[in-house]
Amino acid sequence: MTRRQKKAAWRIAAAAVLLAAAWPLPLHGPARLAAFLIPYAVVGWDVLKNAGRNIVHGRVFDEKLLMAIATIGAFATGEYPEAVAVMLFYQVGELFQSIAVGRSRKSIAELMELRPDYANVLRDGQELRVDPDEVSIGERIVVRPGERVPLDGTIVEGATAVDASALTGESMPLDKNVGDALVSGSVNLTGAVTVQVERVFSESTAAKILELVESASEKKARAERFITRFARWYTPAVVIAAVLLCVVPPLFPGQTWRVWFSRALIFLVVSCPCALVISIPLSFFGGIGGASRRGILMKGAGDLETLAGVRTVVFDKTGTLTTGRFAVTGRFPAGGVTETELLEAAAAAERFSNHPIAAAVLQACQSGIDPARLKHARAHTGHGVEVCFDGRRIFAGNAGLMMQIGVTPAECTEPGTVLHIASDGRYLGCIVVSDTCKAEAVEAIAALNRLGVTKTVMLTGDRRNAAEAVAQRLGLTEFRAELLPADKVDAVESLLREGQPLAFVGDGVNDAPVLARADVGVAMGALGSDAAIEAADVVLMDDSLLKLPEAIMLARRTMRIVRQNILFALAVKALVLLLGALGMASMWTAVFADVGVMVLAILNAMRALRAPKR
Amino acid sequence: MKKTYRIEDLDCAHCAAKIEDAISRLDGVTSVRVNFLTQKMTLEADDRVFPALLKEAARIFASVEPDSRLIL
Repeated sequence: MTRRQKKAAWRIAAAAVLLAAAWPLPLHGPARLAAFLIPYAVVGWDVLKNAGRNIVHGRVFDEKLLMAIATIGAFATGEYPEAVAVMLFYQVGELFQSIAVGRSRKSIAELMELRPDYANVLRDGQELRVDPDEVSIGERIVVRPGERVPLDGTIVEGATAVDASALTGESMPLDKNVGDALVSGSVNLTGAVTVQVERVFSESTAAKILELVESASEKKARAERFITRFARWYTPAVVIAAVLLCVVPPLFPGQTWRVWFSRALIFLVVSCPCALVISIPLSFFGGIGGASRRGILMKGAGDLETLAGVRTVVFDKTGTLTTGRFAVTGRFPAGGVTETELLEAAAAAERFSNHPIAAAVLQACQSGIDPARLKHARAHTGHGVEVCFDGRRIFAGNAGLMMQIGVTPAECTEPGTVLHIASDGRYLGCIVVSDTCKAEAVEAIAALNRLGVTKTVMLTGDRRNAAEAVAQRLGLTEFRAELLPADKVDAVESLLREGQPLAFVGDGVNDAPVLARADVGVAMGALGSDAAIEAADVVLMDDSLLKLPEAIMLARRTMRIVRQNILFALAVKALVLLLGALGMASMWTAVFADVGVMVLAILNAMRALRAPKR
Repeated sequence: MKKTYRIEDLDCAHCAAKIEDAISRLDGVTSVRVNFLTQKMTLEADDRVFPALLKEAARIFASVEPDSRLIL
């Protein structure tokens, strides 16, 4: 508790004791009034002072003024204990709100621990401890075990393991050696390393993430805007209703002014939309904070709201559903040829190529090819390559190349890029190279289906049959193949026209326009990629596709809490207003409807911050 | 010019909304956000009147929620 909160707590306690003491006293008339006025003044003098100032400023719908009128009115009608209690509980509510907000603010601040305090920079052979802001690109910094990496850079000396859990939510340490990139905000665990700085602090990953989470609560959700609008008319409406209630019914015969006056006071007590105004932004703030602790960054409450309602998920294939690394996935030697022979011939042909497919073939061939055994390498652009290997003429390429040299290639329907190989006019067989699916992709898509995502679509530049095979294996409902990068925006637009809330998931490379076009753009594996953080609405900090269903689940949970709070607060207030008008609610009920509901709504909102059990 | 300032002891959401509303009505203000959760105010306004606007904003803070303070 802060000093101010402690002071408020003492005043509440003192007033409570004084109220309890005054209650049983056998006093009557002015003496009794005085006995209750003491705790009232102790707990409520600042509210009265503020209310007075508000009258001067003409702010009649201020909650403090209304609270003051309600309690003074209660004194006027002889409800002394009620008057003190209303003020007392009002202050308890205020204190509780202040503590709750401070607490959730602190939780977010803990998350913000990724802000580094200093950097050990090497200048003229000396190690200086400076503010990370003062280090420029190209300078070298030393990061010791236990220290937080202050700036993004590359290791130039030393090796270590780092904990990037503050960024990704994954606590598994990652090994880092010379040449590896280190990301600011992660914690160095085992060894001291020297790092060459590649970005200034304000551009660093840690600074970007901090900025993003802090400004997230400023992009308002529809639910928040509804509450703001509602709050604007709720208080005046209730106050006007209170005035009418006090003035109109007594005009009829048999109705006493006094009865209706105390009913009107009940209206004033519940006239503050506090429970809603505070708990809804708090829920969103908590939801966003809780998600970021798991490596899921949402840029705004509005994005969280959209994500919760997503029914269509569109994936970019390469780097999102697949690892983006090519590997040999099929080996089909012709009759009388061994797999090893086939691979060796293919590797020989591809030895000098730097195409990703060549890299996959070379990786698959364990024996390795000595370049001395190769001669006369020649590329047939767009078709394949030719090389002289141990005196044999090897051709490797597509079916067209085989036809050209008079060899009949076998049919191959496997998805991926097919590489046919021939040696001295003899067909050796074919190898299929493809981008491998992420291990967790099937599970992630099944999880999305369970969450009620009815349509999962893959966008790819691949050939139709290759795309179909991948889509089938992963359990996707649709795919769009043979797309050029520009076609992806069109594909997403046509899916958007179907009217279902749509999320696009990409790796942030070359898909910024699509990310921007979707209802909610999700960038994956964004650790260290500015472009992705910039373009997306939701950023998944690591490569795992399982983060996507998790993000949707967290968003839905937050929205559930928001809806519970809206419904609960409105229902209780409406009920109390109704009962109050009918004379069936007391001042005590009204106090519960005001403060009790607020406390419960805040407690409920704070659940959003805590991560649910997996 | 767009700048962010810290706020002290602004605990209530609807006070923040009121303050935001009042500041946004001042002449020369392009946009203003008063965030009670992060305790920050982001003010975007005309360079020439910026210092005067800040002073006025601080006064609005003190008037709407006397407990709170804009840290300049």
